Amino acid sequence: MSLISEKDRQKLIKRKRIAFLFSKLCALITWTSVLLLAVLLYQVSSDGFGWVDWQFLSSFPSRFPERAGIKSAIVGTLWLIGLVALISIPVGVSSALYLEEFAKPGKLNKFIEVNISNLAGVPSIVYGILGLAIFVRFFALERSLLSGALTMSLLILPVIIIASREAIRSVPMSIRYAAFSLGATRWQTTWAHVLPASFPGIMTGVILALSRAIGETAPLIMIGALTFVAFLPAGPMDSFTAMPIQIYNWVSRPQQEFHDLAAAGIIVLLIVLLLMNATAIYIRNKTEKRLK
Amino acid sequence: MADLAIQGKAKSMNAESDSKAIAALNLDNVSISYSDTPAVKNVSCRFLRKKITSIIGPSGCGKSTLLRSLNRMNDFIDGVSLEGRIMFGEEDLYGPDVDSVEVRRRIGMVFQKPNPFPKSIYNNIAWGPSINGYEDSMDELVERSLKQAALWEEVKDRLHDSALNLSGGQQQRLCIARALAMEPEILLMDEPCSALDPISTAHIEDLMFELKTRYTIIIVTHNMQQASRISDYTAFMELGHLIEFGDTEQVFTKPGKKRTEEYVTGRFG
Repeated sequence: MSLISEKDRQKLIKRKRIAFLFSKLCALITWTSVLLLAVLLYQVSSDGFGWVDWQFLSSFPSRFPERAGIKSAIVGTLWLIGLVALISIPVGVSSALYLEEFAKPGKLNKFIEVNISNLAGVPSIVYGILGLAIFVRFFALERSLLSGALTMSLLILPVIIIASREAIRSVPMSIRYAAFSLGATRWQTTWAHVLPASFPGIMTGVILALSRAIGETAPLIMIGALTFVAFLPAGPMDSFTAMPIQIYNWVSRPQQEFHDLAAAGIIVLLIVLLLMNATAIYIRNKTEKRLK
Repeated sequence: MADLAIQGKAKSMNAESDSKAIAALNLDNVSISYSDTPAVKNVSCRFLRKKITSIIGPSGCGKSTLLRSLNRMNDFIDGVSLEGRIMFGEEDLYGPDVDSVEVRRRIGMVFQKPNPFPKSIYNNIAWGPSINGYEDSMDELVERSLKQAALWEEVKDRLHDSALNLSGGQQQRLCIARALAMEPEILLMDEPCSALDPISTAHIEDLMFELKTRYTIIIVTHNMQQASRISDYTAFMELGHLIEFGDTEQVFTKPGKKRTEEYVTGRFG
């Protein structure tokens, strides 16, 4: 029994075949990238897993691989990311709010939007040079955590601003109108309704941006983060090292043991990243649920 | 010629009943345009206190634009300009020293699609008064507003549940309660029942009868039966012009203009 003519049936079979092929192609691409990642993770863990122990986590760097550890780099990275979050989230979210809710839409706004998107694509080393010139030299902040955090914030601000604008834009206008019709000012509407409703989207952008910051090496090398730090930073004006720098340092040494140490460092870095993201996603989901 | 005579008679009838009532809003030669496209042209009329006035007309006739101009919601749309005057008591709504936030505090609005905040039922109502410095018992205000909107019995046990879990009709009554909590002098309703089923619509129409004793209501509707059922006065608009304004009964049974007659009898629109 056929509901359609033979000609239409042939066409339908062809269309279905295309849909089938396309879905298989997408699946293939996805699984290839997952496989590559798995191979990479396997290699890193097989090299470095034996090195990850309490001694590794709680020791300062050393020229003897069996005594070397990543303590100062972990603490440096935590300081750095904390400062970056403190600087970039308020600045990024307020910029996005201003551009979306308060600024008059028009040519200037469009111009700023295009430029922010372009900035997101600027190589990180360029931000390093900028940071060196402005924060380290001009503001004389030296090679401190603060210089590093400010540079890193510049680097990830475009990502935060773009993601936040997108999230803010997706809040339905009807919510704003409802608030305005109750005699709310623009600020009251934004604070009580637009910001909470766009919070999950903003958090997603922040997670992505901070994940990028935690792995960046080039700008930190440029502004002169140290590679051998046998002390813990006590404040934002102290010099520091960070995990990617420590890993880079170990990789560039000739001895195999240091290469394995680098692998161990990568594992720790991945775990820290995972913990950070998990926390952020947990917070996001919790607020999302509260809104529903 | 005959048309004109009827219209003249209708006008004098209106003038008679108008003289006893007080105008809540007085529109004087109001024109509104989007960028350069005119949407409302030279409308003059009076909306009376504690009465329900319907604005009817085919799509695109400018009735929603006109309604939104009454509490300055058009301010949020780019390129809207308004000429003429809208007098609210002694005050020109578009006067230089009138704050649009103040206007919206006193002239509330209910929108076409229910738009509760993604918050609890309680907070939906409490937010407006709280940002405007309401100091008496908030619980009482919430209860009173929900009762006025005939929603209290249905939600009194779950005030702190999300408003988004309510049905469409309940959400719309919540939006009405939210507007009432501000104790506005005028309530503007922009096709408030168009997204609702007949039972919810009946609920809201009953509610409007109750509210009429305290509030001035101006409602835009596509539904002519609704306009004839609920309103005291009816305005018919077409292509931005106010074609006819009069007692609802007169507009529906003895319209003064041919176009009005054609519209209310369903010959176009």
